[in-house]
Amino acid sequence: MEQMSYKDTWLSNIKGDLLAGIVVALALIPEAIAFSIIAGISPMVGLYASFTIAVVIAFVGGRPGMISGATGAMALLFIDLVAEHGLQYLLAATILTGILQILFGVFKLARYMKFIPRSVMVGFVNALAILIFTSQLQHFENESGIIYLLVALTLAIIYLLPFVTKAIPSTLIAIVIMTAITIYMNIGVRTVGDMGAISQTLPIFLIPDIPFNFETLAIIFPYSLALALVGLLESLLTAAIVDDMTDTDSDKNTESRGQGIANVVTGFFGGMASCAMIGQSVINVKSGGKGRLSSFFAGVFLMLLIVVLGDIVVRIPMAALAGVMIMVSISTFDWNSIKTLHLLPKSDAIVMIVTVFTVVLTHNLAIGVFTGILLSAIFFVSKISQVHVNTELEGGTRIYKMKGQLFFASVTELLKKFDYKEDVQVVELNLRRAHLWDDSAVAAIDKIINKFEENGKQITLTGLNEDSSELVGKLANKLGSH
Amino acid sequence: MFKKIMLAYDGSENSLRAAEKAAFIAENTKGAEITIVYVIDGASSKEDVLHYSSKEIINEKRKERLKKVEDYFNEKGISFTHEILHGEAAPAIVDYANSNNFDLVTVGSRGLNGLQEMVLGSVSHKVAKRVKAPVIIVK
Repeated sequence: MEQMSYKDTWLSNIKGDLLAGIVVALALIPEAIAFSIIAGISPMVGLYASFTIAVVIAFVGGRPGMISGATGAMALLFIDLVAEHGLQYLLAATILTGILQILFGVFKLARYMKFIPRSVMVGFVNALAILIFTSQLQHFENESGIIYLLVALTLAIIYLLPFVTKAIPSTLIAIVIMTAITIYMNIGVRTVGDMGAISQTLPIFLIPDIPFNFETLAIIFPYSLALALVGLLESLLTAAIVDDMTDTDSDKNTESRGQGIANVVTGFFGGMASCAMIGQSVINVKSGGKGRLSSFFAGVFLMLLIVVLGDIVVRIPMAALAGVMIMVSISTFDWNSIKTLHLLPKSDAIVMIVTVFTVVLTHNLAIGVFTGILLSAIFFVSKISQVHVNTELEGGTRIYKMKGQLFFASVTELLKKFDYKEDVQVVELNLRRAHLWDDSAVAAIDKIINKFEENGKQITLTGLNEDSSELVGKLANKLGSH
Repeated sequence: MFKKIMLAYDGSENSLRAAEKAAFIAENTKGAEITIVYVIDGASSKEDVLHYSSKEIINEKRKERLKKVEDYFNEKGISFTHEILHGEAAPAIVDYANSNNFDLVTVGSRGLNGLQEMVLGSVSHKVAKRVKAPVIIVK
């Protein structure tokens, strides 16, 4: 796996990057609009975000060929913030999210991502898929029955068109056809224009219009923290997928910092907090995109289309976007995890399911991920806290052989496993296959020895490993000096 | 003589049968060697990265998927190597076959993902059309 020079990451694949960039731009538009609508903001906020993020990340990202933009995972996190405090607070939160992500990158925290268990990651994407799906149900309310027909038709085009051609994303063709049908046949359904105006102008630099005080910070900080973490979680997962698809390596800390810089810029240019997109990145690589130019060109081309075609964009029926989002949720969901659920260790399956349910109930991916991590930590502790005690009688000596990890969680049951009143004179505690980790473990062994001695037995300790005896020595010194 | 044989393998029933035919030819050719080619496409990249935490584990799992066919070749005493490629199955197989001058390419008529092949067209058809070497498609 060779590392390319920065210049090569721009120029080594110009033709492939340009073509893939066009395909990605076309596929980004419906998602940027739909995710803005999910969050209750004007479609322009998502479109501006997808433009600035894609362009900025092309320069400062760590994973060439990866596509970032307005995502569902992020949009779902700030619905409440927008509803309670408005758009300006979202822009401020976006900037703060970026600052937190830059810090994450600067302090090289990407390596700690390995502590997030895979079952939590699977739960994360499945929950995301479910939330994207349920967020579309509102578009069916207060509409005539024809909306079912329109959505079904959209889905039919999306899934059947690849039989005929794969050159243009089928989602885009579906949207064009559905828009034409509703305009031409004069079908009165809600359109993008009903959700907010599309302005055919480039984004401009603006400082969010908020009071700069502690109260504001207290409002946006929790949102920014959740956004920063979820954004990095999805971005680094996506980066790993692009690494694997292209069989190259990438710097995850540079990517974290890059995501941060992109979000700071986006906040100042009126865009929402964003992150890498798994689906779009896969489309990009499949379409031949490998370099930074693909992301740059996707952003520029997207903005160009909006400036030129804004009038038509407002007439896109929501039914068509709902169809696209249903497709997005189907392809986001990890169906394999359902097929293999019965093969997984029970604790992994429970962690995955609990993560999904927590997200669906709280509508917050960050809370779901933390619940999942906590639960798997508890499962891990309970799994590893099983200490086995085997016992045998050897010429009048009772030998207890302990096997396992001795620490705060595993010692409570331990004391009961010994027969202190047995009619033998000599007792041996063999710790050859055990490890003492903390003062609870030392205290427990101490207690066992005391109990045997109280009952008039002669007791010896054997097989203590080096680490463990060091710990015993240290604790003995510390206690002695008191 | 078919000495340098390539086997496109994805773990499907058909690709296993293709392996049997490749073995049959290799057994009867002095100095023949089979290269097992396994292509990881976008969807399986996504799935593997999501389910296994590190590169090492992912590589391990992928090698495990080749175990069945490798055991079979070992049993028959056939010399072989394997190659794991990244990309879309058909173009990746075609590129690899054409740039490595194989004498023969064997491929199953239908791969693991039947539905996807229905939408995108069969891999074996594209391989037969574009690979320069003789191609055996095994049903």
